[in-house]
Amino acid sequence: MDIKPGSRWKSAVCDAQLVVVRPPKQAGELQCGGVAVLELADATAPGGDVHPDHAGGVMIGKRYTDAETGIEVLGAKAGRGSLSFDGRPLQLKDAKPLPASD
Amino acid sequence: MHIPLLLDLMADVAPDRMALGNLDGGLDFGAMRSNARAAAAWLATCGTDKAVFVGLNGNALPVLMFASGMAGCSFVPVNYRLPDAELRKLIARTVPSVVIVDDDMAARIEGIDGATLVTRSEFEARFLLASPAEGEPLDESTNDIAVLLFTSGTTGEPKAAVLRHANLTSYVMSTVEFMGADEDEAALISVPPYHIAGISAVLTSAYGGRRLVYLPAFTAEEWVAAAAREKITHAMVVPTMLDRILDVLEKTGETLPALRALSYGGGRMPEPVIARALDRLPHVDFVNAYGLTETSSTIALLGAEDHRAAFSSSDAQVRRRLGSVGKPLPSIELEIRRDDGTCCAADEPGEIYVRGEQVSGEYLHKKAIADDGWFATNDAGWLDADGYLFVDGRLDDVIVRGGENISPGEIEDVLRQHAEIADVAVLGLPCVQWGEKVAAVIVSRNPTLDVEALSQHVRNQLRSTKTPESWFFRDELPYNETGKLLRRVLKAELAKPD
Repeated sequence: MDIKPGSRWKSAVCDAQLVVVRPPKQAGELQCGGVAVLELADATAPGGDVHPDHAGGVMIGKRYTDAETGIEVLGAKAGRGSLSFDGRPLQLKDAKPLPASD
Repeated sequence: MHIPLLLDLMADVAPDRMALGNLDGGLDFGAMRSNARAAAAWLATCGTDKAVFVGLNGNALPVLMFASGMAGCSFVPVNYRLPDAELRKLIARTVPSVVIVDDDMAARIEGIDGATLVTRSEFEARFLLASPAEGEPLDESTNDIAVLLFTSGTTGEPKAAVLRHANLTSYVMSTVEFMGADEDEAALISVPPYHIAGISAVLTSAYGGRRLVYLPAFTAEEWVAAAAREKITHAMVVPTMLDRILDVLEKTGETLPALRALSYGGGRMPEPVIARALDRLPHVDFVNAYGLTETSSTIALLGAEDHRAAFSSSDAQVRRRLGSVGKPLPSIELEIRRDDGTCCAADEPGEIYVRGEQVSGEYLHKKAIADDGWFATNDAGWLDADGYLFVDGRLDDVIVRGGENISPGEIEDVLRQHAEIADVAVLGLPCVQWGEKVAAVIVSRNPTLDVEALSQHVRNQLRSTKTPESWFFRDELPYNETGKLLRRVLKAELAKPD
């Protein structure tokens, strides 16, 4: 799994879509709903079940991080599954929106 | 990560949301991407890595900017207000390039070797007015320079500031929430296309999901009319623009009820102007933004709550924050340093240094950033005890007049050519209308020198904004022991608010 900044992924088990903002410092598996995510271009339709331990959901526009590896992921489409990296749940990044300045 | 991704994300999730242009007849995000892809497919066949834009603000600008990114071209908007000779010199530095040029400006830049001209009307006919077929996305290019912006440097010879895709996307993603805008939000863009705020507005609006509306060239009357007609919710202006907008509002009684947020930057905001704005537009959130071309736009901002708190405070410490640029962004590190490199204490002026992913600190063929990532802004400033940043102006002596950077050296050069001038210093003096105005201090060989003729002499060779508005005469100018003109000594002598 080549998790580069700007790479786009989709959940294998729900509607969530993701963009990698910051890559992980170590290789590993990005998961949604407890299952490895697929490249966005992958033709496979979502199937199977969201694992009940990973069903917190992905919100559009929110960013999720893993303190241990530094990976940061943006929710580009919402979905029922929640994100994890090598089984470790990602945390919602609590960023207060800044006022528009441009 | 390249800038077209910012548009792709919106176009994928909300293709029907309005992206560009007027309430009736504008483009949605899906159409904006289709048009940009079609323009990119054309650019990719041009055999160049630079797309230059010479023209007024308008819908062609964001389409061309995203198309450039998709096609692996750096986008290079150039200041069309430059005299022909300077404009041609800049374009010659971009070759081989494709130049999209306003029809009535094309004659000014004809015949530059390696620059292929395409008129704006032709570009718009193909990629804006027509509905081109949805092209296949191109592969991401290896050219990681998204934008080149010519800045007026201390020497007067413009430097090409490099903004990489990583700088700009980092800025956008760390300061804006993806699709965070309400569907009815619209931003009115009146800063010129060759200004960093004109670049960042395109990117932050696309990523946030906000409609962009362009004013071809600023006049206060047209700004107010467009803001009312298009139900504009957000806008960015330079201080000079705000002063004139307020005049129009006072004259017409227009209240701009849809307007929610007005940000300003690009120069020192005179306190009487912002106080008048807060009074006249109580429903509007004011944001003071400070940033540089080399930092991909904003690095510090003073938000609406801070404005209101300062405006209503009787505590001088709090009240003076109306003149500050607020606090550094959470994604930016900022320090004030002394000449010896150590950090200043609170309230102690020094040079502003910044570090962060959005900071490019780089010019074409010249990196200006330290190995540890810190960038010296060349701006003087200080932080108060609560971390509010105050900017004192350029450490060097560039004059910032109405948001335009003017190098004193080039005006001095012109004046020095005059037979009756023995010595000259040009500097900026505080001015309520423009932030700073151009002043000339002359050592004359002729006691009855004609100032009007001197003004005309400068105007003929440069342009009206570079023509000194105040003239002073001295028997000699102050120099230090190494022969360097002590411009700041003169400035202190002459600086009296008008």
